Amino acid sequence: MSYFLKRAAFLFPLLLLISVLAFALLKLAPGGPFDKERAPATAEIKRAIEAKYHLDEPVWQQYLRYIGGVLQGDFGPSFKYRNHTVTDIIAQGLPVSVALGGMAFALSLGIGIPLGFWSAARRGQWGDYTGSFLAILAVCVPALVVGPLLVMGLAIQWRLLPVALWTSPAHVILPTLTLGLYFSGRVARLMREGMLTTLHEQYIVTARAKGLDDTTVLLKHALRIAILPVVSYSGPLLADLLTGSFIVENLFQIPGVGVFMVNSSLNRDYPMVIGLVLLYATLLLVLNLLVDVGYSYLDRRVKYD
Amino acid sequence: MTEEAAASESLSPNQRAWRRFRKNKFASACGVLLVTLLGVILLWPALSSTTVAKAMPGFLSTGLHAPNEHSPELFAPPSGKHWFGTDIHGRDIFSRVIYGARVSLLVGAVGACVSLVIGVLWGAAAGYLGGRWDAWLMRVVDVLYSLPSIIFVIVLITTLHGALDKLQSAGKLTVTMRDTAKFVGLFVGLGAVSWLTMARIVRGQVLSLRTRQFVDASRALGATHTQILFRHILPNITGIIIVYLMLLVPAIILYESFLSYLGLGIQPPQASLGSLIADGAAQINPIRIYWWLLVFPCSVLVSTLLALNFFGDGLRDAFDPRGDR
Repeated sequence: MSYFLKRAAFLFPLLLLISVLAFALLKLAPGGPFDKERAPATAEIKRAIEAKYHLDEPVWQQYLRYIGGVLQGDFGPSFKYRNHTVTDIIAQGLPVSVALGGMAFALSLGIGIPLGFWSAARRGQWGDYTGSFLAILAVCVPALVVGPLLVMGLAIQWRLLPVALWTSPAHVILPTLTLGLYFSGRVARLMREGMLTTLHEQYIVTARAKGLDDTTVLLKHALRIAILPVVSYSGPLLADLLTGSFIVENLFQIPGVGVFMVNSSLNRDYPMVIGLVLLYATLLLVLNLLVDVGYSYLDRRVKYD
Repeated sequence: MTEEAAASESLSPNQRAWRRFRKNKFASACGVLLVTLLGVILLWPALSSTTVAKAMPGFLSTGLHAPNEHSPELFAPPSGKHWFGTDIHGRDIFSRVIYGARVSLLVGAVGACVSLVIGVLWGAAAGYLGGRWDAWLMRVVDVLYSLPSIIFVIVLITTLHGALDKLQSAGKLTVTMRDTAKFVGLFVGLGAVSWLTMARIVRGQVLSLRTRQFVDASRALGATHTQILFRHILPNITGIIIVYLMLLVPAIILYESFLSYLGLGIQPPQASLGSLIADGAAQINPIRIYWWLLVFPCSVLVSTLLALNFFGDGLRDAFDPRGDR
């Protein structure tokens, strides 16, 4: 318990370090947010804009100003979308991305865990070969491939489902499939691997020797330990899915935060990028901590210190 | 104990792994498929050069086109002349797919090698030095893990592109030099964000190997740290490194297609499988369906990834020390 408290206490300095790194990375890279096509007409206007966003101060002062705002829940103004604050944009997009990501997560676990379990239970038989093939196939069809093909086939050719947007439950199906299918393959592979390793353990041999039937051994004894690799993977996976996917949001015109992750890095919209980096890092660190708590609950042999 | 098992006692672990790999028919078949694919991809441009095309009139020569050759037949469906159809500029999709697959595989292989070098050096340093060094080097990896890599890549690549464009317009670089530099920058960018897992794997292996007796022995014989690391420790983990490298190639190919989709990967008129899919996706509209623009690049990408993954999986099973059970 004290181990987890200690780790939770470390979250804050770690996030500070990450914010410093992200800030430094963006400041080191040449090219500012007001170059190129957004370039102000005269040097005077440029100076005025820079003064407005405090870009004329030394970098450390800019950082302190920024992080002071963040601590009060203010992630600063967006340089690109001039009338919106970063907090606003994230608050609008995040619920959509979380809904989509959450469903894709449920889909990938819902397909992946049974598929991996089933392949491992039928090791070396046709069931295993089919299951493993499906899992690898899923890993080889990323959103980039699935998305356009699904839109072309199901939405345009056969008109079964809406092409884009995010309004009714029917709009949810294609994006969820596009996002989740790839990860269901990853989960299935981890699950199968975990099962195969677990089935070699002594306590499984003991359970079988006691004369328990196959179903009880697999479901009651093996599953609890075999699922651990999936549990550790689900932390980073969920952090990835909840912060949105550029391809899916771009393809289906979904107003999530994934599009901003890419576009604001392209536009050098610093406050936006750092806000999203912090969001992702917080999610990842917190989820990883929760995963480790869950890990020690499932496998009582694991002791952290 | 069978005769074969007795014979295998004297084989090195790598020889035993190789034997196990050849027993895995499916993975071997994928290896053969990969080699064939590589052969076609590498030899096709030579075939499509005009002299060969003229020397062999008939069926084959009708399918030979240069990947960037424009023609008046826009959006032609697949036919004997254009096997995979044509795109918005009348370019032949078949030759573009072959050409794109070549670029994708090249990017995957080189990107994987870049991350191999960084990851192995970093992980080996952490594992071998141990103690405080290990803690610091691996904390860096942990922190980098918690940053979204896509932002890194985008900043790296846009910065590079900006600098190169500036140099080019100032007349210090020719257009070819600039485009080559962009290409190299893509390799470096992809490699630079994919080395983290490699570093973790290598570090774990080195950590367990450096306490072995043969390392103590060579140290007692007066071997330097470099010698111990490169002569004694790293050769022992080649198997694991190669296996992970093989699984890294498809991952990097995927990453490159994603970057090409954003317009940051391969620059037009060059093509990779990812940029071809992006072009096809851009042509999706409710009025006319140009399915050949999507289906062919997608299926070539998926089958390449499948072959690479099966091959890598087969290698991993073969190198798994528990494989003998």
